[in-house]
Amino acid sequence: MTAHSHWIEPHPQGVYVRPADIWIDPSRPSANAIITHGHADHARAGHGHIIATPETLAIVELRYGKTQCKVLHVGDSFTINGVRFSLHPAGHVLGSAQVLMEYDNERVVVTGDFKRRHDPTCAAFELVPCDIFITEATFGLPVYCHPPTEFEIAKLLEQQAIHSDRCILIGAYALGKAQRVIAELRAAGMNGPIYLHGALEKMCSLYDDWGVELGDLRPVADADRDDMRGQIVMCPPSALHDRWSRRLPDPVTAFASGWMRLRQRARQKNIEIPLVISDHADWNELTQTIKQLNPRETWITHGSEDGLLRWAELNQIKARALSMVGRDDEDGS
Amino acid sequence: MRQFAKLIDNLIYTRSRNAKLALIADYLKSTLDPHRGWALAALTDGLDFSAVKSSTIRTLAQSRIDPQLFKLSRDHVGDTAETVALIWPGHGEICNDPTVDEVVNTLHSTTRMNALSTLGTLLDTLDAESRYAMLKLATGGMRVGVSARLAKVAFAKAFAVSVDQVEEYWHAFSPPYTELFAWADHNAEPPDLSRIPYFRPFMLAHPLEDTVLNLADYVAEWKWDGIRVQLCRTHGETRMYSRGGEEISASFPDIVSEFKCDGVVDGELMVRGDYQGGEAASFNALQQRLGRKKVSNKMLEEAPAFVRLYDIMVDGKADVRLLAWTKRRAILEHFVKQLPKDRFDLSNVIEADSFEVLENLRDSAREAAIEGLMLKRRDGAYLSGRRTGQWYKWKRDPLVADCVMMYAQRGNGRRASFFSDYTFGCWNDRGELLPVGKAYSGFTDEELKWLDTFVRSNTIKRYGPVREVKKSLVLEVAFDSIHKSRRHKSGLAMRFPRIVRIRKDKPAEEADIISTLQKMVS
Repeated sequence: MTAHSHWIEPHPQGVYVRPADIWIDPSRPSANAIITHGHADHARAGHGHIIATPETLAIVELRYGKTQCKVLHVGDSFTINGVRFSLHPAGHVLGSAQVLMEYDNERVVVTGDFKRRHDPTCAAFELVPCDIFITEATFGLPVYCHPPTEFEIAKLLEQQAIHSDRCILIGAYALGKAQRVIAELRAAGMNGPIYLHGALEKMCSLYDDWGVELGDLRPVADADRDDMRGQIVMCPPSALHDRWSRRLPDPVTAFASGWMRLRQRARQKNIEIPLVISDHADWNELTQTIKQLNPRETWITHGSEDGLLRWAELNQIKARALSMVGRDDEDGS
Repeated sequence: MRQFAKLIDNLIYTRSRNAKLALIADYLKSTLDPHRGWALAALTDGLDFSAVKSSTIRTLAQSRIDPQLFKLSRDHVGDTAETVALIWPGHGEICNDPTVDEVVNTLHSTTRMNALSTLGTLLDTLDAESRYAMLKLATGGMRVGVSARLAKVAFAKAFAVSVDQVEEYWHAFSPPYTELFAWADHNAEPPDLSRIPYFRPFMLAHPLEDTVLNLADYVAEWKWDGIRVQLCRTHGETRMYSRGGEEISASFPDIVSEFKCDGVVDGELMVRGDYQGGEAASFNALQQRLGRKKVSNKMLEEAPAFVRLYDIMVDGKADVRLLAWTKRRAILEHFVKQLPKDRFDLSNVIEADSFEVLENLRDSAREAAIEGLMLKRRDGAYLSGRRTGQWYKWKRDPLVADCVMMYAQRGNGRRASFFSDYTFGCWNDRGELLPVGKAYSGFTDEELKWLDTFVRSNTIKRYGPVREVKKSLVLEVAFDSIHKSRRHKSGLAMRFPRIVRIRKDKPAEEADIISTLQKMVS
């Protein structure tokens, strides 16, 4: 650690801001925590006091019930013991935010998880100039260049048209991915009903409450098997090969995840339609973001840090891996 | 090329056999010659571009991408072709989608000298999916979950011809199989094979397991541990084929030159080992000669090969495959008399009137070259493939040892990204653990997940892709046989080791010792 940034301490369980006694996305219960977004590996239960965007707080509340919290709107800031905190859109899921901290003439940004490409369900990533850029590297290898989302959606619609007597069952993470796939389908002009596994219903209506329109959604539980022929059904990844799917008309399984870029990953999961749709920055987005920001140092929280470290070395960029624990790969795979 | 790449990807993602058959059949029907023929050859492993090796592709990739980034990616992906396909800069936008024939011709004309530049240019013109298909085509082994047999069934289905006929004609032609398509798709005359020593499909055996047989209907013989071969001779030409129909004449001139009777026979190729008094030596000795394009005189002297005959398919010009085994055996006994004794002998029939007697015989036969027993139906014809009720193999129980996991590596293909290749060891008398083998099969998917987690949470050192683990986990390893080897520190090498059980209950100190394994050496 350089002498400059002594006030920021990376620990295996999260980033600690000593002068303010605040943790960012801690994996252990902490007195004061800033939560970048609502995914379970970043937002854990049991903290004393949490600070987050109103959307993230709503998601946390939906998952864990009422907590002691403080709303911090994107763009607003507060100061504790000389550390000025503000939140900026990360483009990952609804409510996701990067944390900017300013102290002692230094600017440090923690991205949480982020992506750069367009997502109809959340605000776009904002480049926040900083001295220290603390980033994820889920897809920190050059094999991960995600194709344009429209390609993947077109592939999905083509398969739906082919299988008019079966249904397409898409596994997608309950927070973020599911709503994004639905919104992308709507943007592509697909206006028909989309059937939902029970575990997705609440989060979809939360999105709806926050103004993300998802169109005609119907619970699988109320549907007749035959109604779902030729239709799209969505469920969390864990339900793809679960007994639950027996009620569906001969489902063709699809999975929306950046990992679907690798053929063998799809085969291991018995996926027939791999949809390379990710809420994480791919290799090009990661490296471009670092180049654009040109921070003094880049710290990598989790993911394929070896690849990104090597890239940094080749480009004479100062970087280090923090090896944070308890961060899932996307979709827990 | 895009159509072919799409077929390959569809096959990868399709689970059901019928759906795979339909995909291949549709492709063969809707694609023109010679493209479909090349595709069929790719699916049946019938293409060989000797100038393009997996190492060529690695070298090429490292000329465009930082070697370290490439290596990290390769280890992560678990497949060289896929890594290169994904990592290669550009999306082939500039191309006009070359045909399969153009790609194959380019690959054929590639020499070792120009391989890097030719492949580089080819990769530049393709999109990521086509790059993958092209690289798989170039290096062989499509890994799409389609066996050669399945591809032939699909071919038969596409053109409504009999698959047995396809098998029969198959080896008389080479890719792109234009004559085969002419016959099947365009009703051309069936090919005339009478002057060619072509490969006939082998008859194969089911494992006996719990099958109940009336022993009176079956004849027993040893299952020898060499490689199954077929010798064919007609019009003055002899060819030897391996089980998959690959011609291996060049590696065994000592056999091929001595087979001078017209006909087709089925037998086991083995070598004689000195130290075994001229008896059949272990498979290990044979392996020294496999895959060699040229054989030195020294090798011919030290490890002379011979064929132990099981069966006869063609006697002179007469196809005898539809005769009963007893009749074929009589013909074979007569046939073998015309061949030199030091190169060809008969696999003897074993007399036994009960399974108990057979089992005793089987288990007491610890001779290196015996793998178990075969049971063949006396009145059965010689048919292609595995047929229920006809032939059974009854292998000797494997040897087992309790070993300790020492190192682990990520697997390839279906096991990509899992730590699935394990090196394990046994204790020597000084209390050191020495590696005795490496295995990557035998476990269930559930066990694999458990083992993967064990490796991740017990890593003590990393050597590139290899993880050294805490020496605490006992694996029960089964293997067919064990041999002396100078390649390993323990001086031992196992044949076909696989992990049969994870012994979470057993402390590592109680695993087997090297001297116990030495007693099993055959």
